[in-house]
Amino acid sequence: MTATVSWADVAVGTELPPLRIQLQRVDLVKYAGASGDFNPIHWNERFAISVGLPDVIAHGMLTMASAGRIVTDWVSDPGAVLEYGVRFTRPVVVHDDEAGAILDITAVVDEKREDGTVRVTIKAVFEGATVLGKAQAVVRLA
Amino acid sequence: MALNQAFIGKIYPATAPYEVGREKIREFATAIGDFNPAYHDPVIAQSLGYRDVIAPPTFAFTIGIGALGTVMFDPELGLDFSRVVHGEERFAFQRPVTAGDSLLVVTTIEAVRLAAGNDILTTRFDISTEDGELVVTTWAVTVARGITEESA
Repeated sequence: MTATVSWADVAVGTELPPLRIQLQRVDLVKYAGASGDFNPIHWNERFAISVGLPDVIAHGMLTMASAGRIVTDWVSDPGAVLEYGVRFTRPVVVHDDEAGAILDITAVVDEKREDGTVRVTIKAVFEGATVLGKAQAVVRLA
Repeated sequence: MALNQAFIGKIYPATAPYEVGREKIREFATAIGDFNPAYHDPVIAQSLGYRDVIAPPTFAFTIGIGALGTVMFDPELGLDFSRVVHGEERFAFQRPVTAGDSLLVVTTIEAVRLAAGNDILTTRFDISTEDGELVVTTWAVTVARGITEESA
């Protein structure tokens, strides 16, 4: 694997280029098909409301995949990601309109390890609140 | 509605092999809006040192989704599937999942607990090649919301 970011060039506090992601209903349908997760809370408004949700919500794993892109875009080689974990703390509500849901993803290096890896903590914000907790990736740099 | 504590440490035998295909990886990467060439172009992937295109990290969850279903729908466990939400997810890679891999999933129930009225289940999936090479370990925490948590 060959990350395009050098370990020597990175310090604790280094910020990754931010990412803004839009999720519309069609993206949830595509993700359902590609992932095999057909839970109706992700595509059926009638069902979502019947179980107490405000509307259809994005798959947690789609939010996780979207947020993880900030790291793989940064290093170019996705195989440099050694660990990635998140807690799902708040649903991302996706209304049936053109605007969809906007996720603002930021990330910062918060630990630099002697083995050539760094730990990155990721923040994903939707409508002013974070939707992931303890979102961290360990990445091997060049 | 507490879960069956006897399930802690339970191991489900390996599933039938999951054949990782190039087009499935492309379809998944496209669905998450990610056009990193390592997911789409075998020549680029090979220039990075891989045998073929590699899968996005979170694709590993999809490989284990059938095994997770087997656990969640196990009637002996007692999980109320209608109240389940995904609480946490974590991946630890030995190497990226690569097109052409034929992968087996062994599932272990790591923890079963009750917290604040919610049933919490931690499941580990060890995903290996048919030759026994461990590729990735994933952990899923699923939460069945307790009736007291009901907001409706």
